[in-house]
Amino acid sequence: MTQFLQALINGVAIAAVYALIALGFVIIYKSMQVLSFAQPGLLLIGAWWVVFATAPPEEGMPTLFWIVMMAAVTGAIGALFLLSREVVKAAVAKSLFVFMALVAAIDVIWVAWVREGDVGGLGWPFWAGVIFALVIAALTGIAIERGFLRPMVGKPVFAVAIMTIGIDVVLRILAIDLLGINIRSVNDPWGIEVLKVGDLVFQHRQIAQVVTAIIVVILLLAFFKYSRFGLAMRATAFDQEVALTQGVSVSTVFAMSWAIAAVLATIAGVFLGSGFGLSPSAGVTALKALPVVVVGGMDSISGAIFGALLIAVAEQLTVTYQPTYAPWLGQGFAQVVPYLIMFIVLLIRPYGLFGTKEVERV
Amino acid sequence: MLALKNVEVVYSDVILVLRGISLTVPDGKIVALLGANGAGKTTVLRAISGLLDIHNGEITKGEITLDGRRIDHMAASKIVRLGVSQALEGRRILAELTVEENLRLGGHTSSKRSRDNLDRVYTLFPDLKDRPKFIAGYLSGGQQQMLAIGRALMSSPRYLLLDEPSLGLAPLLVQQIRDIIVEINSQGTGVMLVEQNAAMALSIAEHGFIMEVGKVVMDKPAAELLEDDDVREFYLGLQGEDAASFAEVKHYRRKKRWLS
Repeated sequence: MTQFLQALINGVAIAAVYALIALGFVIIYKSMQVLSFAQPGLLLIGAWWVVFATAPPEEGMPTLFWIVMMAAVTGAIGALFLLSREVVKAAVAKSLFVFMALVAAIDVIWVAWVREGDVGGLGWPFWAGVIFALVIAALTGIAIERGFLRPMVGKPVFAVAIMTIGIDVVLRILAIDLLGINIRSVNDPWGIEVLKVGDLVFQHRQIAQVVTAIIVVILLLAFFKYSRFGLAMRATAFDQEVALTQGVSVSTVFAMSWAIAAVLATIAGVFLGSGFGLSPSAGVTALKALPVVVVGGMDSISGAIFGALLIAVAEQLTVTYQPTYAPWLGQGFAQVVPYLIMFIVLLIRPYGLFGTKEVERV
Repeated sequence: MLALKNVEVVYSDVILVLRGISLTVPDGKIVALLGANGAGKTTVLRAISGLLDIHNGEITKGEITLDGRRIDHMAASKIVRLGVSQALEGRRILAELTVEENLRLGGHTSSKRSRDNLDRVYTLFPDLKDRPKFIAGYLSGGQQQMLAIGRALMSSPRYLLLDEPSLGLAPLLVQQIRDIIVEINSQGTGVMLVEQNAAMALSIAEHGFIMEVGKVVMDKPAAELLEDDDVREFYLGLQGEDAASFAEVKHYRRKKRWLS
């Protein structure tokens, strides 16, 4: 019994992380009808910013610090520009973009060079690092949407999905490059401490991730229900032309959904990196959000949460019981379980358990 | 004044739909735009509202101005902010959202005056006031049309473009919609009414334009159009003393010549 409950607890805790990533998928899919495979990449890069911000500083860091700050500041100016296009003159905008591109180039070269040694960090406290990373993640999301997906508007959805795979590859390689081969700590306050209730073990970070996921979901639902832009996003998801006639800037909605997805991925990345540290393999874990959304239905927020619970609990139960009861399945069978469930659900309900049934004449 | 001057619209780079159309909507007046199916009426509205983009269309010639300021090639959201609002053909309410959410969406560009606008819409459409939390898709057809018009009014537009508001409604409801349009107009909003129901449109409009295959073929005060024999015959379904035979049917197309 204890074993079973423990598996449940672990399952729910991991489900929180899966749900955060899956919500990013759902939000992008709902607003743009694009399946984004870039979530794992966004997760790794986002979490890397936390690593970078919280790691203790080393020699030679201030220069890198300034460059990164410059990149962040220009990114912020760029975002401001995007929000107030009408105010800023086109010439100013152009030079700003050139400047941003230059800074980004210097940034990349510098990082590649510094990697000879080891990239030190900023030595900030954890929370400051997380906020910093979330801001950068949001800007990254906006930049990806503007730079790569905007030109694809009107192209086949399939082509756009392939595009996101490309973005994911780039982001992941960049992240792996930055992380190096060592496992990096995100310097989280939870570590591997545990809370024991009887025989059950609750890790502090598990509690933190479940609580965070619940808060995030409530905030998101409130955002969609009550805020002006949340409503605009829902309207765009239903009928783009109607949203346009009501004065909704659909491009802002798209950029916003990518920003939200990137922020959610970063939060998930921080939790994947908490405790035992962040390694590039976190990207593989992140990819499990794909079976989660397929099971739950691509366009359903509650479906994503349910799918995350189903898949994570099934996975943890397999981890717990399969070695005893079905050892012939071999080691690591639990890794396959999410995809197996996805397979079965696809056979029975191709639009997912909670997804909108597609009515289409064939 | 909202004005189109020699506007030419092409879809998918090859389909010429508007062939140099010119028309004006004066401030605070009702203007009717009539024409058969496929004449390009909806395209005119799309061109004004900046919706051609998502239909793969493009204004290739001419200009659209709002009080002398060019609004062609402007983003749709900007045009709404400048005070031109459209209720699309076929109502297009967001069926899964509530009545109030639909209206709130209409107020996206003017969130500060949202309260006042909501009051105004609820005064115009008491039917909607009774059920703000009702799922919009379950409203009756007439109520959905009212919701669509109400939503377009939420941005407190100076010009309201209505695409076939009488579509699929019973005669009594058409009457009701008609009265509401007059009421909206009397509050100072200019209305451009695109209609198949020419009798209804001309009965309230100040001025009428009749389109055929991408061109305005008649441009007269509504009263004159109502008296015009051909309009009576083709658009109002009324016939003169002696029944016209189809051999005498007039078209407003120019005579086709070879190699023209």
